[in-house]
Amino acid sequence: MDFGFLDQLWVARIPLLKGLGVSISISLLSIVAGTVLGIFVGLALIYAYRPVQWLVRGYTDFIRGTPVLVLVLASYYVLSTVGIDLGPFQAGVLALAVFCSSHVGELVRGALQSIPKGQTEAAKAIGLTFPQTFAYVLGPQALRQALPAWVNTAAEMVKASTLLSIIGVGELLLRTQEVISRTFMSLEFYFFAGFLYFVVNYGIERFGRYVERKTAVPS
Amino acid sequence: MTNLLEIRDLHKRYGTVEVLKGVDCSMRQGDVISIIGSSGSGKTTMLRCINMLEEFQGGTISIDGQEIGYETVGGVRRRKPEREIARQRALTGMAFQQFNLFPHMTAAGNVMLGLVKVKKMSRDEARGLAEKWLDRVGLLSRKDHYPGQLSGGQQQRVAIARAIAMNPKLMLFDEVTSALDPELVNEVLQVIKGLAEDGMSMLIVTHEMRFAYEVSSRVIFMNQGRIGEEGNPREMFLKPKTERLAEFLKTSTFN
Repeated sequence: MDFGFLDQLWVARIPLLKGLGVSISISLLSIVAGTVLGIFVGLALIYAYRPVQWLVRGYTDFIRGTPVLVLVLASYYVLSTVGIDLGPFQAGVLALAVFCSSHVGELVRGALQSIPKGQTEAAKAIGLTFPQTFAYVLGPQALRQALPAWVNTAAEMVKASTLLSIIGVGELLLRTQEVISRTFMSLEFYFFAGFLYFVVNYGIERFGRYVERKTAVPS
Repeated sequence: MTNLLEIRDLHKRYGTVEVLKGVDCSMRQGDVISIIGSSGSGKTTMLRCINMLEEFQGGTISIDGQEIGYETVGGVRRRKPEREIARQRALTGMAFQQFNLFPHMTAAGNVMLGLVKVKKMSRDEARGLAEKWLDRVGLLSRKDHYPGQLSGGQQQRVAIARAIAMNPKLMLFDEVTSALDPELVNEVLQVIKGLAEDGMSMLIVTHEMRFAYEVSSRVIFMNQGRIGEEGNPREMFLKPKTERLAEFLKTSTFN
């Protein structure tokens, strides 16, 4: 019996689609959680009291200096030894979100610090309070500044989601490997998986460009 | 009648370097005072203390009788709450050397921000007022332009409109023409002259001696953190009493 690739693909469509769905969920959850957490990290790096700043600085340096795979494994295996029992999906998302937060934190810090001091002074001079200054003057400028790098980080998270296959999360890569072990069509199916990842990341990149265009300041 | 601005024995240090060594100055409603002096003499710092962009360690500044930035409770001097300081900053308007317009907002948006968020005006009301002031500085036709689409002189005029629209009791100008190309200086100075003619109270830090001479009711010469000499512009520029001022005027262009 000689099944062609397309036949095999048709047979495997359900697990592959589910895998893709799981990959997208992992990425989305970790990007959203990581971004929210990362914004607080970035704010703390600039505005928090000194001891808090050092603490958060230690957090980001430590996380950024650690391979994502190690974070994933630690989150799954180490946390359970201290009584926090997470499933592979939860543990994986947690690890990626933490990783994402340290990167977003640095992005936010860099973006805020790149805004000239005069902006804050001008805002103060017309009587804005600090929360108002942040909401209307610094925040909008920092967002535009950080957007391209943030899109990059989001794409990195999609790629990093493949690492969750190691701890047995049924995402696209693991499902693909399972199909390959049944069909031995490694070249075709790896290519196909690669193509799907590319489509997702290309979509993210296009979306980022679109938002950038929409929010660009004319000059 | 209380003075509009009353500065008493103002001291300001950066670390161990004392940049203001006891400055006294008072100003009435409608006064236009130019502050001149070489760089590092403390003139910009003095201006920035008045709206608490700089902290100061000694002395008092009052506007219309209310003490700015600090209060003394039970013999202890302390910084007022930030909300109160923000409110007090709105008593003055400030224009900066680098304009500092908000680059992500249109000219009208820049002027409206403070009106809507600080003065709590409706957007329509704020827009009307913004357009009135942009018209006044000759830029109504540019109200929907972003700062990046405006020349330096135009940006500075928008920045002045932004400050003045808040209806401050006192306008502070911090070397507003120093960052401009020579051919753009005049359009900004004309705007300030117009405001002076309207009776706006103004403190102007400037290197434009001719302008200071023409527009001011009084001139203050700052020298090494103190007021070196002050008087009416005619006496100051034509018959300086101190050696230092004569020296300074010799090195600056008066044309």
